Amino acid sequence: MTIITQIKLSRRNVLLGGGATLAISPFASPALALSTDQGSSHVDKVVAAINKVIASGKPEARMIKDFEKIFLKYSDVNYLASYALGVEGRRATASQKRAFAKNFQGYIARKYGKQFRAFIGGKLLVKSSKTVKNHVEVKTIAHLKGQAPFDVTFFVSDKTGKVLFYNMFIEGISLLLTERTEIGSMLDRRKGNLDALIKDMKAAG
Amino acid sequence: MLVLKSIQNLKARSVLAVVMLVFLQACTAPAPKAINDPHEASNRRTHEANRKVDTALIRPAAGAYGSVLPAPVRQGVGNFASNLNLPGVIVNNLLQLNIDGAVKNSWRFVINTTIGLGGVFDPSSSIELYEDSSDFGETLHVWGVGEGEYVELPFIGPSTQRDTVGMVVDVFTNPLTFGAPSPEKFMGPVAKGLSKLGDRYTYSSTVDAILYDSADSYAQARLLYLQSRRFQLGQEQTNEDQGDDGYDDYYAD
Repeated sequence: MTIITQIKLSRRNVLLGGGATLAISPFASPALALSTDQGSSHVDKVVAAINKVIASGKPEARMIKDFEKIFLKYSDVNYLASYALGVEGRRATASQKRAFAKNFQGYIARKYGKQFRAFIGGKLLVKSSKTVKNHVEVKTIAHLKGQAPFDVTFFVSDKTGKVLFYNMFIEGISLLLTERTEIGSMLDRRKGNLDALIKDMKAAG
Repeated sequence: MLVLKSIQNLKARSVLAVVMLVFLQACTAPAPKAINDPHEASNRRTHEANRKVDTALIRPAAGAYGSVLPAPVRQGVGNFASNLNLPGVIVNNLLQLNIDGAVKNSWRFVINTTIGLGGVFDPSSSIELYEDSSDFGETLHVWGVGEGEYVELPFIGPSTQRDTVGMVVDVFTNPLTFGAPSPEKFMGPVAKGLSKLGDRYTYSSTVDAILYDSADSYAQARLLYLQSRRFQLGQEQTNEDQGDDGYDDYYAD
């Protein structure tokens, strides 16, 4: 009798255990939430990479190439491009989307690379990070010469299977929103002609 | 600032109307929607005029100012102006019952005015005593006034109805400018004007990128102003505004 209950119990244990394993497993591998430490260390890497480029003292064109590599390596450039294109993206063909994303990545590297010059002699330090829903928000403080320190926040996620940042806020100003507005205006100027926009993106920024 | 004064005189009546309007709206101050800009057409005309003023006047003046005066001198002018502005900020800290901010700013004012030789130097920042900046627009916000409509003001640029009222009131919140005898009371505004010119020079590549390189500088300036102002006031933006929910949805399929 005792043996039977024991067996039953153990069977139930196994079943429960199995059920639990089944229930957990879909969350376990891909969506195991990114830890705040992973988020912070990702941003540390981004900051180190940016600082390295700035310190290199290369000519601007070369620096911008390096910034483009940083965006490619550490950010979800495809998402940035797709968000910036907004609803217009819905009527874009797959090849238009690809072409846009490719030119967009050069465009943000040029646009933000030029602004990073202001960071020469300054530093960006990770201050805190917290989990919000499925992503990690990493708050850094920018210390620039002759300026009160200000906030730069990154949104980091591993939704793609890789740890990447997909938005950046400078004193509350969202890169995603800013670029969606700008790309929308560029498209309006070209009377909604996506191909013209894609072509002009090569030089923009 | 002198220009500002004359505009204020000219616009005194309409400003009064705005004051009343904002206070009426205050009773039901809603959380800020994405963008509330019902007078976009006239705002855009003002924006074009402002851009022309920048091209013809402010940008070249800032260029001259920046190339004539070396960086440490410009920094000194900027320090001096913000130090003179501090008593007004402290008044606003107090009106918001932000005692911590008021104490910090008071120490800052005392240290920079004495050790910092009248505010030309900024020793407070080297001991990490930074300004807890504020203005009457923020005071109104703390009192429950909504931001109202977006406005682009002549010569000044992006603002909201609430912040415009705040700016006018701030002429009177600073005892150093409002209460001072005649020549001294212009010191603050003049220093502020020069400091703004210095800023235009220091951040010229950023400002130029917005005003002249952007496909729609009006829309960019509006978005940048509203986002940074709301951030400054600690107003949480919705996740949708931050492109957050979109990220999960993007990879949902």
